[in-house]
Amino acid sequence: MDHLIVDQIINGLQLGFMYALIALGYTMVYGVVKLINFAHGDVFMVGAFVGYFGFSQWGLPFPVAVLTAMAVCSILGVTIERIAYRPLRYAPKIAALISALGVSLFLEYFGSLKFVFGPNYRVVQRPFEEVQYHLAGITVTNIQIIVFITVLIMLAGLQFLIYRTKIGMAMRTVAVDHNASRLMGVNVDNTISVTFAIGSAFAAAGGVLYAIAYPQIHPFMGIMPGLKAFTAAVLGGIGIIPGAVLGAIIMGQVETLTSAFLSSQARDAIAFGILILVLLIRPTGILGRTEPEKV
Amino acid sequence: MRVRSKWFAVLMVLILSVALAATGCGGKKEGEQKAAGTDDKTIKIGILAPLTGDVKTFGESTVNGAKLAVEQRGGKVGDFSIVVVPADDRNDPTEAVNVATKLISQDKVVGIVGSVTSKTTIPVSKLANDNKVVMISGTATNEKVTVDEGKRKEFVFRACFIDPFQGKVAAKFALENLKKKTAAVLYDQGNDYTIGLANNFKENFTKGGGTITDFLAYSKDDTDFSAVLTNIAKKNPEVLFLPDYYQKVSLIGKQARAKGINAVFIGGDGWDSSDLDYKTMDGGYFTNHYSADDPSPQVKKFVEDYKAKYGKTPDALAALAYDACSLLLNAIQTANSKDPVKIKDAMQATKDFQTVSGKVTFDKDGNPIKAATILQVKADGKQAFVTTVSP
Repeated sequence: MDHLIVDQIINGLQLGFMYALIALGYTMVYGVVKLINFAHGDVFMVGAFVGYFGFSQWGLPFPVAVLTAMAVCSILGVTIERIAYRPLRYAPKIAALISALGVSLFLEYFGSLKFVFGPNYRVVQRPFEEVQYHLAGITVTNIQIIVFITVLIMLAGLQFLIYRTKIGMAMRTVAVDHNASRLMGVNVDNTISVTFAIGSAFAAAGGVLYAIAYPQIHPFMGIMPGLKAFTAAVLGGIGIIPGAVLGAIIMGQVETLTSAFLSSQARDAIAFGILILVLLIRPTGILGRTEPEKV
Repeated sequence: MRVRSKWFAVLMVLILSVALAATGCGGKKEGEQKAAGTDDKTIKIGILAPLTGDVKTFGESTVNGAKLAVEQRGGKVGDFSIVVVPADDRNDPTEAVNVATKLISQDKVVGIVGSVTSKTTIPVSKLANDNKVVMISGTATNEKVTVDEGKRKEFVFRACFIDPFQGKVAAKFALENLKKKTAAVLYDQGNDYTIGLANNFKENFTKGGGTITDFLAYSKDDTDFSAVLTNIAKKNPEVLFLPDYYQKVSLIGKQARAKGINAVFIGGDGWDSSDLDYKTMDGGYFTNHYSADDPSPQVKKFVEDYKAKYGKTPDALAALAYDACSLLLNAIQTANSKDPVKIKDAMQATKDFQTVSGKVTFDKDGNPIKAATILQVKADGKQAFVTTVSP
């Protein structure tokens, strides 16, 4: 029985790290722009498709395919920001939110068109075989290890970028006040563009890895993982980078343990129930700080 | 900023007017068609099928099969010429009702062949019945297609056996032919088709002396089945019953093998697709309506004709759509009328009509009485004929 629990926890970790891949981009963009970028899950989908075309049809080596997907998606992310969010930057928050939803639906249905990705499910042939390692009775696969390492690199990279580099400093100032940043000589537009580029590149990396782990892709694949990752980001405290990973791990565990030991039907209900509970007790999320209201 | 938003408004108005003009033109064209179709000797038949989306190969086969049935009769039945109107429901219940409404109210079809899956056919069957349009589905196996809360939808028929029968045959086959004693079931809780098969498999497998180790549900958008599969792997059942469509079972099958589940996979007719992951599902069995390898003369002739026209071997969906369409055309001929009530009565009275998938007589609920085929999946992408099981 103990053994079963350990196995299930590993299953939960895999799912959690998958959510973390997406949640990191979500939370970073929110942290800087204070915009919930609902199109993030769909950028993730585009990343999965580009990566899939890269390694299965254009014959690129796997790492190059991932980099290509990341490059394409950062351009896509910057374009989305330029067209759909920048004109609304000083409009009411709700306008940008609706615009984000619009972009999300646009990407889904545009992707469904025959000459883009097509509406059908595609089976992804993995570019490398899944290998299982048995360590002290526990089974771990190479895909799980790749996902785990990628999340760690992304997490460390983001922390470094934000707290140790010039552009990171610019991001932090923009997060606090646009006008003050501009007065200090920060190029606000560029900073926000860079934020979107990095966030979208992360989404693309997540998309490709997701397509490897669950080898089936279609234009609507971003909706559910996107929603769950968003939930994870809110759970951990949206805008706080380690919070996204923490929230994602909790989501993964709750979902897996619920369907393993309670009921596979109640899994989403309980996962989202916990979100509501956490928000009622700590409205800013687990790692969130309540900032004093400025008068 | 102001100037820009004005331009934006102008642009939006332009887009809207172009869109309006486009739809306006479309409407007119349909109007002309309607005018052409209103002469007394033309009968329109709608073919409702998912031509895009998660089960598009089902839809393509269905349209091909139904069209072949019409063409073999030279596009004519008695004095009437038959016009076929295909429509895409994307395997989405809402979309299915929308396009069916269009078929009924704009195209004025007398009969509908379709749809393919139960979840889209059930809502459409109610619509067709209320509007007195004869409807025959080739493949919708759920009981609720022809009967709604004990009340028969008189205008609705089907050319295939129903879910209880498929679940029953699968259970019987697992127990008697494969001599298996334990089974786990994994099904989609939001899909009437998989629920129907799962429940009937469970009931008949238990009744026949077998044990169900796990009976677990997932939802449509799930991609990670590791938690439930880990649980199933611990109990090590001999059979894993997966009554879903080919995309989902391929995904589940792959993860199940990765979790070390060695059970025989068994499923329903939802597996029948060239897009099934044959390597993963190798050795699995599924119940089906027909096999192209069946040595009977009707099947041979149908396979030859289909190959000559489309260049590939027909799957069961093509055969059943062909049967469904033939049954409808036969009823139109017997009724010799375009009055849907007369066609419906002729259809209900069908007796021992020879179709590709066997001789069809309708029971009182509009279900055909005939045998089922068991097929085995081979890694090289083939389906081997195993046996037939009678009800």
